[in-house]
Amino acid sequence: MATTTTTLKGAGPVSGSRSFFLKLRDGDEIARLVTLVFATTVVLITAALVWELWINSALPRQKFGFHFFVTSVWDPIMDQFGALPFIYGTMVTSAVALLVAVPLGIGAAIFLAELAPPRVSDTLQFFIDLLAAVPSVIYGLLGVFIVVPLMRTVIYPALNKPFGYLPIFKGPSYGVGFMTAGIVLAIMVIPYIISVSREVLLSVPRDQREAALALGSTRWESTWKVVVPFAKTGIMGSIFLALARALGETMAVTMVIGNTPKIAASLFAPGYSIAAVIANEFTEATGELYLQSLIALGLVLFLLTFILNGLARILIVVTTQKGSEAGG
Amino acid sequence: MSNGRLRWRKFVSNFMLAMTGVCAFVSVLVLFFILGYLLFNGGTSINWDFFTKLPKPVGEAGGGMANAIVGSGKILLLASLMGVPIGFLGGIYLAEFSGKGMASVVRYAADLLNGVPSIVIGIFAYSLVVLPFKHFSALAGAFALGMMMIPITLRSTEEFLKSVPRMLREAAMALGASKWKTIVTVIVPAAYRGIMTAILLALARVAGETAPLLFTAFGNRFESHGWSQPTATLPVMIYTYAVSPYDDWHRQAWAAGLVLLGLVLIINILARTILSRGIAVPRS
Amino acid sequence: MQASAKPEFSVNIVTNLTTPASRETSAALPMRMTISKLNFSYGPKQILFDINMGIADKKVTALIGPSGCGKSTLLRTLNRMYETVSTSRLEGEILLDGQDILAQDVTALRRRVGMVFQRPNPFPKSIFDNVAYGPRINGYKGSLADTVEKSLRHAALWDEVKDHLHKSAYELSGGQQQRLCIARALAVEPEVLLMDEPCSALDPISTAKIEELMVELKNLTTIAIVTHNMQQAARVSDFTAFLLTGQIIEFSPTPHLFTTPSDPRTEAYITGRFG
Repeated sequence: MATTTTTLKGAGPVSGSRSFFLKLRDGDEIARLVTLVFATTVVLITAALVWELWINSALPRQKFGFHFFVTSVWDPIMDQFGALPFIYGTMVTSAVALLVAVPLGIGAAIFLAELAPPRVSDTLQFFIDLLAAVPSVIYGLLGVFIVVPLMRTVIYPALNKPFGYLPIFKGPSYGVGFMTAGIVLAIMVIPYIISVSREVLLSVPRDQREAALALGSTRWESTWKVVVPFAKTGIMGSIFLALARALGETMAVTMVIGNTPKIAASLFAPGYSIAAVIANEFTEATGELYLQSLIALGLVLFLLTFILNGLARILIVVTTQKGSEAGG
Repeated sequence: MSNGRLRWRKFVSNFMLAMTGVCAFVSVLVLFFILGYLLFNGGTSINWDFFTKLPKPVGEAGGGMANAIVGSGKILLLASLMGVPIGFLGGIYLAEFSGKGMASVVRYAADLLNGVPSIVIGIFAYSLVVLPFKHFSALAGAFALGMMMIPITLRSTEEFLKSVPRMLREAAMALGASKWKTIVTVIVPAAYRGIMTAILLALARVAGETAPLLFTAFGNRFESHGWSQPTATLPVMIYTYAVSPYDDWHRQAWAAGLVLLGLVLIINILARTILSRGIAVPRS
Repeated sequence: MQASAKPEFSVNIVTNLTTPASRETSAALPMRMTISKLNFSYGPKQILFDINMGIADKKVTALIGPSGCGKSTLLRTLNRMYETVSTSRLEGEILLDGQDILAQDVTALRRRVGMVFQRPNPFPKSIFDNVAYGPRINGYKGSLADTVEKSLRHAALWDEVKDHLHKSAYELSGGQQQRLCIARALAVEPEVLLMDEPCSALDPISTAKIEELMVELKNLTTIAIVTHNMQQAARVSDFTAFLLTGQIIEFSPTPHLFTTPSDPRTEAYITGRFG
């Protein structure tokens, strides 16, 4: 049963790996292959998405080229398609959204990360997470029935009377328009800014705070001059993330922007955004060039969010790593 | 060293800190405002007909959204059947089998897919499913939503599997379990709470999606049978009814909004509180 | 590094155990496992150098040495647990009942060579399911309840848990959890049981229970134990190997090693003048 002497064979390198067939018998190799197929599917789907957007927008690329982006005429009947009004609308609404959401979101994040006791912070964060889960069509619904009338009756008079000489507050208001869309977007992206910024602020090592306090800073000074600068890049990341959301948001914007392909300086004027025009006109697009121009807009949207999301991820990772290194 | 300056600094500090608190409470108040407003408007509009009747023709009052409720259910079911297996098994590959190169390609693709605006996913589903079959269908809508579920399921499956303690793996392997048996009998059961939470959150997220359904599932004023017909869904109904000029449709939109929001929030709360109690690890 | 150990040294070890050289081993001992010319490395770092030793059948063999000496790694080569690290590299020969373990199916090998870890690691399942895990995955056909009872009795845990077998294993105390892990390992009736510092996370009373258990389990199986606790090695083992920087300095019957060590480094270590 047992050997009593050790036979010292020539001790060459012995590979520890089993043969392919032994693995196959155990099912390990089958499991690996099956899961590999599904993992590969994810890559193929993503590649197919990019590919479909690219080939299905070939016509406007050939016909208009770069002029597609700088032409402001959108006339399906004359087969003239320029994306400028939509790009403008997307940019303006997103800018308004960030102007409102960034101070509010970062302020709230500072409160949650620095001031609130952990239990309060976690509870509030739970509600913030729920807020992030509210479907965009619900925001649109509330936008149509609350923000639009509010804009017409309260905000427009309040801004137009004293500041009406400024181009951005000039002209009449119909309730719908860039400003309305921007405000609804702001409400939608605040939860994203809060969640990510809070996370980033919490990753700032304790000793940074304590050092500042020990030097006689007030609590606010230590937060604003030490903690926030430490987390600056990550907070930027959260803003980029929010911007990507705002650019791609469709329903809430479509319902309140006014859907008029015009470039107007006034924030109260109705406009259009990339996502909104796709949502509205895709099913009605009759000509091939018309449809492909809309898909080209989709491609633009895709590229914009792709770049912003990539930047955001890099910034957030850089900050949290800095925190764990300094704190480690 | 002046006392006045110190008092000023303290004032600024307290004031700014109070302002951050205001920011936080305003942000959270928005949630309760939304909830309250929907409860008020939706609650007064909702009735039994809403759940059981089909939409009435334009101009006639009454009717309900039975077809949209069924349609949403069908599309969500099919979307889960498409998205969850791909994400789950792909996640197992990432956590357990992959080498470095392939894993980073898959992760990158998933992150990219996750960031794609939902309307663009709609275009993708349109050109891949609607165009070849030549009509809008529940299948196309489910495809769009399924694609959106993949990245969330994939990345969270990977995360939760990786957080299963190494010593549980070793225990199973030391008993002669092969790798896949270890995965099936120990690792996945230890991580299933987390994975279930993530899948439910993914489901809640796509349940409210409207944009990718506009030109895939489209909409339907009648009951749709099978998977290859245009199909009504709650989010699309809310949209069309909200932008319509009819008061009665507005009321129905509120009711539908309440049902949708209730559904989404309940799934969220369930997933976050009941399921996500973390991964069971031995105490010691 | 001192990669090449003295050849007469390894011969010495073999003869020490297989010839009636010492008073304790009057007869030739049957070996369950034999290790010869074993070199092992993780990536560029070599951990074990020219290891030669045997694990005697139905005895307890202890591996001692200061931390980082490679004793745990040596134990992990015996059921090829090191293979979870992809950069590992092993040269040499390890025989189980005369068969090369490297040529065997690794899962089959691990059914024959069980293992108990440093920290108790029960599965997040019931007590019953933990013990039944091994028989189940190996397609055991007999009565699971009998196997579970038998294994729990062998691990001296039956009386404490028999009334709540379907409670979660995590409701047990640390010491009970470790005995559960021993029962779980015994349920597949391993020929050899490897124990990697099984008491390092336990209190003294639990430790004493597990030491008692080891002595009883000798009738059932062959045990190899890694321990950082010399008293433990002296109490429970029949043979002891002392390792230092990846080499076996001395391998002898336990009483011999602890009373009349033949190497000055062993003496330094067991008298506490070292590490």
